[in-house]
Amino acid sequence: MEDGGVTLSGIPVDPVYGGSPLPGEFPYTRGIHSRMYRDRHWTMRMFAGFGTAGDTNARFKELLRAGGTGLSTAFDMPTLMGRDSDHPLSLGEVGRAGVAIDTVEDMADLFADINLADVTTSMTINGPAAIILAMYVVVAEETGVDRGSLAGTLQNDILKEYQAQKEYLFPPRPSVRLVTDTIRFTTSEMPRWNPISVSGYHIREAGSTAAQELAFTLANGFAYVEAATAAGLSVDAFAPRLSFFFNSHSDFFEEIGKFRAARRIWARWMRDEYGACEERSLRMRFHTQTAGVSLTAQQPEVNIARVALQALAGVLGGTQSLHTDAYDEALALPSEDAARIALRTQQVIAHETGVTEVADPLGGSAYVEWITDELERRAEAIFARLIEVGEGSILEGVLAGIENGWFMGEIADSAYRFERAVNAGERIVVGVNAFTEGDDKRQGELLRISQDTEDLQCKRLDEVRLSRSDAEVQSALKRVAADAVRPEINLMPALLGAVKVRASVGEIVDVLESVFGTYLEPTVV
Amino acid sequence: MLAKLGLDGHDRGLKVVARILRDAGMEVIYLGLRQTAETIIEAVEQEDADVVGISMHNAGHLTLAPLIVQALEDRGLGRVPVVIGGIIPDEDRDALDQVGISAVLGPGASATEVVEIIRGAVVIDESGY
Repeated sequence: MEDGGVTLSGIPVDPVYGGSPLPGEFPYTRGIHSRMYRDRHWTMRMFAGFGTAGDTNARFKELLRAGGTGLSTAFDMPTLMGRDSDHPLSLGEVGRAGVAIDTVEDMADLFADINLADVTTSMTINGPAAIILAMYVVVAEETGVDRGSLAGTLQNDILKEYQAQKEYLFPPRPSVRLVTDTIRFTTSEMPRWNPISVSGYHIREAGSTAAQELAFTLANGFAYVEAATAAGLSVDAFAPRLSFFFNSHSDFFEEIGKFRAARRIWARWMRDEYGACEERSLRMRFHTQTAGVSLTAQQPEVNIARVALQALAGVLGGTQSLHTDAYDEALALPSEDAARIALRTQQVIAHETGVTEVADPLGGSAYVEWITDELERRAEAIFARLIEVGEGSILEGVLAGIENGWFMGEIADSAYRFERAVNAGERIVVGVNAFTEGDDKRQGELLRISQDTEDLQCKRLDEVRLSRSDAEVQSALKRVAADAVRPEINLMPALLGAVKVRASVGEIVDVLESVFGTYLEPTVV
Repeated sequence: MLAKLGLDGHDRGLKVVARILRDAGMEVIYLGLRQTAETIIEAVEQEDADVVGISMHNAGHLTLAPLIVQALEDRGLGRVPVVIGGIIPDEDRDALDQVGISAVLGPGASATEVVEIIRGAVVIDESGY
């Protein structure tokens, strides 16, 4: 991309307009780089995963061929919940919501013919995240790639699981220990890796407002900062590799204000509350996904318009990487065609609209600046409440809010308010409560995962179990248990050892469960 | 009786349905996440539930729905209708009907539809059809 941006009609434009703080200047309200997309576009990172590792490997390659610039992995429910494909609870779920991964052999198949030194990979997994990261590292090393050159992101944000997505395995405190273990591990051994993607996406999908998404996400971020420093890391050692993940929802300017407020809040708090000095510790980097929950089953092609507008909000909000949902989101996992259209949507924004030429082009708009400030105000009120509850510690406040169901109650209340508004016709959803002509058109070809996938995967798992050394596996699992019992020990080496001898996700999780216990959430409706 | 079967944790819809049904004057027993056929059947028996609503967003409905219906029948609870809600493609509705699911509440169902379908499922049962 050459310098000297011009409009479509040939008018030269500057990289930025308006006043300070400029993009790239503390507190980064206007963006973390001075020229933003004029120097480099956001990463087009399309979330993908279904069936067996072979199936997803093919989809990865298609997306890379179609112009995707980063990989992002969706795992199936059994993998997300730390169960092997042949566990009784896995029935009907194998390969359905994402790719099935039982052992490092599946991970190797997932990245077959993809050089891990050449790509950045995001992996959306939380409860068993440390185990999956260990598998990724082992695959890299077994294909001749040094772990220090691996670049990517592990979602690994367990706090939001208790609040929203519900893919937790163990109780909160040992789960936070696993998160800090991975942060410690990557800080010293994988300097190009983001060990966590502190996420608001799921909180928003569960029904929260924009202000709640902003506040709960950043509070969780602060909680992890407190936990990592308590585990002995200096803030500037790990903070540069903390990353975030936001939703891009339907109210265009509210979303842009939210992204800008997020950067500003993070920078101020990291410098003033947590004593970070490095610029890289203060610059919030985030991935964005368009709001799946806003997409409709009725007249699904209309979702293409929704996604385009939400993606544009993410870009005008300064995201570092973007996933655009497929139009069949409300019905199934993305079909190949739908996934391609979603990627093309990003490419149109990047190459045809000219919005990439100027950083934070909406900066200075009276409305955008006001809504940025207002969302910041609302978030600060929530931080204050959590600090009070936590008696000075946001980590303790967040844990308390998890244990007494406060976050879930707030989110459920917001979700219900929205439903009431739609039901009353106060909030229009095109195709659902208005403009419904066209709803009865037949749904197109949907991606279907057959029950055969489950049979194939279970067979594969049996083969791995037969070909590995039981003695080595037992010994490795014993070490996992022994290390888990002692919170001061970093579990990553033991996990690496276990996955390397082909222990399965389920086997390792069973061992961890025997030490950490399981978790029953309070019932909040 | 409202529940999520299996590993999926997407419970926004189920919680909203719970409130809708309570607002409509029904007694709602919210079992929540990670239920199995066994735990659901136990609760149905204990609470003498009139209708079971199961939320599924994980594309496992064709495999799991028949199991619930069968489990209820095996326990002598075949009279209790089962309604499935969530991400259910139109093309699967017939198959679900054939295995004994009373009704399906898909994406975009209104509060009115939710109440009507649940009430309707119970009425059908009592009249013996």
